[in-house]
Amino acid sequence: MATISLKDLVKNYGKVEVLHHVEGEFQDGEFIVIVGPSGCGKSTLLRMVAGLETVTSGEIYIGDKMVNQLEPADRDIAMVFQNYALYPHMSVRENMAYGLKLRKFSKDDIERRVNEAATILEIQDYLDRKPRQLSGGQRQRVAMGRAIVRDPQVFLFDEPLSNLDAKLRVQMRLEIKKLQRKLGVTSIYVTHDQVEAMTLGDRLMVLNAGYVEQFGTPIDLYEKPASVFVAGFIGSPSMNFLPAKLTNSHIELENGHKIPTSSAQQGDAIFGVRPEHMVVDDNGPIEVKTELCEQLGANTLVHGRLNKCETSVVASIQGHWDYEPGSILRFNVTPENHHLFDSKTEKRLES
Amino acid sequence: MVEHRPILNIVTHLVLILGILIVALPIWITFVAATHDEARMLQAPLPLLPGPYFIENFKKTLFGSGLSGTETAPVWRMLMNSLFMAIMIAVGKIAISLLSAFAIVYFKFPFRMGFFWLIFITLMLPVEVRILPTYEVVADLGMLNSYWGLSIPLIASATATFMFRQVFLTIPDEMLESARIDGAKPMRFFFDILLPLSRTNIAALFVILFIYGWNQYLWPLLITTETDMTTIVMSIKQMLEAAEQSPQWNIIMMTALLAMIPPVFVVIGMQKMFVKGLTETDK
Amino acid sequence: MGCAGFGVAEKEIAMLKRVHFNKTWLPFMLVAPQIAITLIFFIWPATQAVYQSFLIEDAFGLSTEFVWFENFQYLFTDEIYLNSFGRTIFFSAAVAFISMSSALVLAGFADRVIRGATTYRTLLIWPYAIAPVLAGALWVFMFNPTLGILPYFLDFFGYDWNHYLNGGQAMLLVILAAAWKQIAYNFLFYLAAMQSIPRSIIEAGAIDGARPIRRFWTLVFPLISPTTFFLLVINAVYAFFETFGIVHAVTQGGPANATTILVYKVYNDGFVGLDLGGSAAQSVILMIMVIFMTIIQFRFLERKVQY
Repeated sequence: MATISLKDLVKNYGKVEVLHHVEGEFQDGEFIVIVGPSGCGKSTLLRMVAGLETVTSGEIYIGDKMVNQLEPADRDIAMVFQNYALYPHMSVRENMAYGLKLRKFSKDDIERRVNEAATILEIQDYLDRKPRQLSGGQRQRVAMGRAIVRDPQVFLFDEPLSNLDAKLRVQMRLEIKKLQRKLGVTSIYVTHDQVEAMTLGDRLMVLNAGYVEQFGTPIDLYEKPASVFVAGFIGSPSMNFLPAKLTNSHIELENGHKIPTSSAQQGDAIFGVRPEHMVVDDNGPIEVKTELCEQLGANTLVHGRLNKCETSVVASIQGHWDYEPGSILRFNVTPENHHLFDSKTEKRLES
Repeated sequence: MVEHRPILNIVTHLVLILGILIVALPIWITFVAATHDEARMLQAPLPLLPGPYFIENFKKTLFGSGLSGTETAPVWRMLMNSLFMAIMIAVGKIAISLLSAFAIVYFKFPFRMGFFWLIFITLMLPVEVRILPTYEVVADLGMLNSYWGLSIPLIASATATFMFRQVFLTIPDEMLESARIDGAKPMRFFFDILLPLSRTNIAALFVILFIYGWNQYLWPLLITTETDMTTIVMSIKQMLEAAEQSPQWNIIMMTALLAMIPPVFVVIGMQKMFVKGLTETDK
Repeated sequence: MGCAGFGVAEKEIAMLKRVHFNKTWLPFMLVAPQIAITLIFFIWPATQAVYQSFLIEDAFGLSTEFVWFENFQYLFTDEIYLNSFGRTIFFSAAVAFISMSSALVLAGFADRVIRGATTYRTLLIWPYAIAPVLAGALWVFMFNPTLGILPYFLDFFGYDWNHYLNGGQAMLLVILAAAWKQIAYNFLFYLAAMQSIPRSIIEAGAIDGARPIRRFWTLVFPLISPTTFFLLVINAVYAFFETFGIVHAVTQGGPANATTILVYKVYNDGFVGLDLGGSAAQSVILMIMVIFMTIIQFRFLERKVQY
């Protein structure tokens, strides 16, 4: 087990810089999730830690050892790939034992470790099968098993659940979390799925176009998103962004309605409100002309537009509701659920 | 098929059977010729149904000294020569192609593309067009009348290298990444992962190359002057020449039959693999 | 064996695994055997052929003279060579046409068969395994003027067959033997191409009201045109280079050069006639033709990759 630190990491492909000065200190035993849309550089970052991509500049430490020049095999890491990368011609047992065999572990030791890992993952019954005889979920477990038998300092996960169906994904997500807790191995997990990120990570690193947008706990990210990007990325359905003007402790919306605020800032801004924080209030300042209601059972998503404007707004309200298209609804939002962003930099405005 | 058309179905089968008859006719006639005695084979019209001498001709051909009046090696000897040559060519081609495809796909090294083009050029130089100078090289190296001379000049081929390259490119990158994390060095990766994963392609290619090697004609014709080194395919021509003086068609056709049995057997026995290999290699 | 049977798109050639090894000496060791053989048995002889094509040796092999393109000039004024050239083109076209069209018909019908398709395939593919020279031997036996079965039947119709004397008959025999052997190969490729056409396209054609024959010509045939083109090149290469054994066994180029195709002439002038310069010049011309055919094929495959 080890800490990991990323110091001023840069990655170029040819002349194009794809990762820009990434910094990060990961604690021992921590579960770090790197999340972002596809192409944001998250897999590249993970693969740099694995040693599968070279480092253009900057340093990667695992424990107190600088690993930039080390072969993947010498970094004491294990990786779970998106397509599992199980060796198709080897049985489950051989797949799990391969890394140990190459490291010249004794036969008994290999046997013991494989059985131990298989017990933890409940795959004892499949040890002699080939990967193609297994279901997706079972392959996923084998891939995990291959990672844990070596008892490495670091686990790396590269979107390991994206090939599974929705139900299995939820189940495996829980298992990965439990397993990581139990083994206490520092883990880096890459995903584009914000729900996965929120549920798994002790801390999340949100990556956008090669920049770290924010690095913090899930609750931090949810409550105090550092930018419009993070705010929009975390939470479902996405946060509403309403163009606004800040004047004399008021937020003035496009249609002229005003909302009191404690912020002392002035000028153009983006006012962010999460759908679940919109409360129906006949005196509320946010006037929405409804277009469509989606009833999800526990709650209802009301889609509409800010009255007299084009800006679309979504509200998530408890219970079953059905509003005629075109009816006007008013919402209120408590001040602690206000998010204000600079309209140019799209960074969070602190009050 | 899409709709039910009994007449068309009958026509279909008739055409196919006719096709098979035409394709098989020369082979049937060969077989028939190999089942009669010498005298019968000198009377026109030649028979169209098998006679009783198959076993006798078989023994005479396989273990005798071929045609009377000519000096050829016994047929079993020529079969062995062909077998050696075909296996050496097939195994040799597969081995060197696997290695070079491995280098080109999995390594970054200076002149990589240069080597690739060098191999590619061999595609454009069938042995027939460079026959004389190649013969001189082999003669200078003292490789005439040897299995080495028969096989080595034929084992460099771009086709096999390209096929393996293609196969390797379809193996997911994660195999290598995972193997590297597991601690596999290049050659270990090659033997533990790459070879087992290319097993079916290797087998398919072996079939094709075995036939290619077995059926070589012009090259062995030039390289071998000693009767001990003649291959079975070559011997047919010598027998045809001899036939002009003393036609022993039963023996000649039995020899032809023996010469085609091994490759035909391989093709039919490994049909599925061979078809897959052929249609996917050449494309 | 399509000796020139492979092509790759230019961009694809540069392809390398995303992650690769960075050993300095190992890759060189790996390509060494192939490169060594290529240099010794391919590149060196080919350059020798080019060099020799510029030389003329006197009748006793005592002195050689460097004559630039004189050998080539001579070839292009030599009626025998030019005739052989034209004959080769005719021969190749005939072989390609006969073997491809019969293969197409057989494959078209075999594609309709559901039960027994493998059996038909098995029975149709084995000539592939037979060496050209053997194919030649079988046909020459069948058409033996005094004993052969077919001349015997032809005699009933008052047709006199003797390919030892009649150049046209000799050519026909060589063409038949060469085409016969190649049917299996073409059949396999046509069948594979037809079987890869999605069934739904054919079904859509049926619903649109196209009858089977019409479907074949308006749907199947256009869809497999890439295969037709590919086979055209492969068959040309086959007819040009791999049919040596057939000619050698059946006619030895005769009678009176009636079946002397280019490959046979290279061999004959070089090994029998010992005209090294002339034979080398012919080799060089053949090489240029192979290169040309390979490029066509290469181009075509490049295009096809985008399907």
